[in-house]
Amino acid sequence: MVKKLAVLDVNKCIGCMECMFACSRREGRVGFDKSAIRVRSAGGIERGFVVVVCRVCEDPPCVKVCPTDALRVRKGGGVILNKDKCIGCGFCAQACIMGAIFWDDELDKPIVCMYCGDCADYCVHNAIGLVDV
Amino acid sequence: MLMKAEELNRVLYVDLTKKDIKVKDRTDLFDKYLGGSGVAIKLLEEECPTGIDPLSAANPMIFAVGPLTALYPSASKTVAMFKSPLTGNLGESHCGGRSAMAIRLAGYGAIVITGSSDILLYLVIAGDKVKFRDASSIGGMDAQTVGRILREAETGSGVRTIIRTGRAGGKLVRYACAVSETYRHFGRLGLGAVMGSKNLKALVISADKSVEIPKDKRKEYRKVYDEIHDVVVKTDAMEKYHDLGTAGKLYEMNKLGGMAYKNLESASAPEAIGRELSGENFANKFLSRRVSCAHCPVGCVHLASLRELYAPGHYFKTTTIPYDNEPIYAVGFMLGMEHAEDCLRMIDAVDTVGMDIMSTGVVLAWATEAYGKGLITKAHTDGLDLQWGDVSTYLAAVEKIVEMPTEFYQNLAMGVEHASSVYGGQDYALAFGGNEMPEYHTGIACYINNLTGARHSHLDSAGYTLDQKLIGKEFSIEEVVKSLIAEEEWRQILSSLVVCFFARAVYTSERVLKAMAAIGLENWSPAKLEAVGREIHRAKMNFKFREGFDLAKLRIPKRIFEVPTPHGLLKEEDLRKAIEIYGELISAQK
Repeated sequence: MVKKLAVLDVNKCIGCMECMFACSRREGRVGFDKSAIRVRSAGGIERGFVVVVCRVCEDPPCVKVCPTDALRVRKGGGVILNKDKCIGCGFCAQACIMGAIFWDDELDKPIVCMYCGDCADYCVHNAIGLVDV
Repeated sequence: MLMKAEELNRVLYVDLTKKDIKVKDRTDLFDKYLGGSGVAIKLLEEECPTGIDPLSAANPMIFAVGPLTALYPSASKTVAMFKSPLTGNLGESHCGGRSAMAIRLAGYGAIVITGSSDILLYLVIAGDKVKFRDASSIGGMDAQTVGRILREAETGSGVRTIIRTGRAGGKLVRYACAVSETYRHFGRLGLGAVMGSKNLKALVISADKSVEIPKDKRKEYRKVYDEIHDVVVKTDAMEKYHDLGTAGKLYEMNKLGGMAYKNLESASAPEAIGRELSGENFANKFLSRRVSCAHCPVGCVHLASLRELYAPGHYFKTTTIPYDNEPIYAVGFMLGMEHAEDCLRMIDAVDTVGMDIMSTGVVLAWATEAYGKGLITKAHTDGLDLQWGDVSTYLAAVEKIVEMPTEFYQNLAMGVEHASSVYGGQDYALAFGGNEMPEYHTGIACYINNLTGARHSHLDSAGYTLDQKLIGKEFSIEEVVKSLIAEEEWRQILSSLVVCFFARAVYTSERVLKAMAAIGLENWSPAKLEAVGREIHRAKMNFKFREGFDLAKLRIPKRIFEVPTPHGLLKEEDLRKAIEIYGELISAQK
């Protein structure tokens, strides 16, 4: 079954950033420069948090604006990035109004969620999780 | 930008007088003393001349993180070190929020701030770029507003911390604190006053780097990380601190008779007050959100929501107020509050002006008793009729401590040790080593802790925990002192790594060594950790002695011998004996 990452209950998010750390840990890093998920306050901590991550659009705008077909629609939803084809134009990041396409300054290419669920494994408060598409 | 995992050696030196910076490689210090408290005390020795006025430009302000910072769960604290304007010796305060991660991922192991600016500044440390910015328009503002304005004025992306003072810092209230991320504090011992004396309103530190785990260590690092993460989320630490938070133990402490109530008129509030000011009641009525420090899954930070009618015509406001065990003690139990709402109003008022809430509560409790006894009058209080539980009068008093309309408030702003030396009432002026007391009246260990702990903080050696373990048991004073010293020495390792003390059960010596080895810090052993912990502790004590701290001259307020603890009445001779043994033990084992 194809899975996607979902924000299950944002009110359970405590802003610990474990998800962000888990995402970059896949690349052997501690920091956020390779992370495909971000948590930020919803305008002051008292209002809670916003989890910014790919929402697995059915008809993803990011794919429609990719001039080199580096981004393609994943079977069951979401997108797959072929870094070899990507020229780093940044149109995809602009097209995503969720702001869920981040930028890898080192490679000058987008960072796109791979729906691996590593972040959800470390979300002990179950704010995010992997669900069937 | 990428850093190596072991790269914690960069120290940023900021000179506010010359508005100049330097970055130095201090591998020497980090190799030997890990980071945090260990490195900070060495930097303090280097940078702080003997005998200086803590509110002069000569007082350095040091922020340090450690080798585990940002790399492991709950390694989330920053250590600040300075000469304390409250006690006149060691100033050390710990804070979470995002401060530790921001400093580390900005590329520094420590930041040393010296000198004093001619104009009011805030400092922006955006990775390698440091900017001195004019803060004259935000000088008189409270801590929350400053945070909001700087969040918008400074666009630094990524993760950042905003460490700022409220009005109390600028007014040099000796127990002014520094606030980070609105709800976390470098609370104790007056860091906010030191910032005020330097004409520094705030620091905005943003992370722009990543740490790379060496390829040959990645598997090991992930394994150790997962093990620690598992323990953090599965121990009772998680349950205890996340569920009701630190406030969860208030009810039991009061029931036990170990809770200072109304300036320790007794060690237990009436049952109805105990219930009203319990963590359960705060959670049921006011808890609106639980949040965490960066990279800590626990989420111990409890935020209350208080809706109040503040003007006729349905003008309501809803305020978010952080609450914890110690604030509820200090401005709840200590001031005889009868309603949780009033306690929250006080927490909010003290947070707004930016003062240490524990000191503020104890200072006002002393003032209330001294007023009741006629030692001070309305002429001193500028007309305030200080009575237990009278929240509106206390709110006005908080304002007056900051604005100091009379000499009396100038004295209150210097702490209860000082104020009682001017007006009398020292028998019930509840400061130890010059620092206002925590809630515990649990037995002899908590007071040995208060008196001999390097920071005079209950977290130095957790004497209150030892007291509770010893209830109903036979013990010698020497055993208690030895145990407290061993605990304080080990905590130097935790605060050098820097690990939150709430995760102390997780970070055992064995796990600490594993965590260090998995990021390439080898050649450490349990014996070496123990020796370094001792060395750091002694260095802190030696700084105190250098600055005039004298165990033999410690003042012990008589009140603590007049009110029974769960162990019965304490005796002054026993406590003096304990202090003596402490002095002998720490000089025998250098």
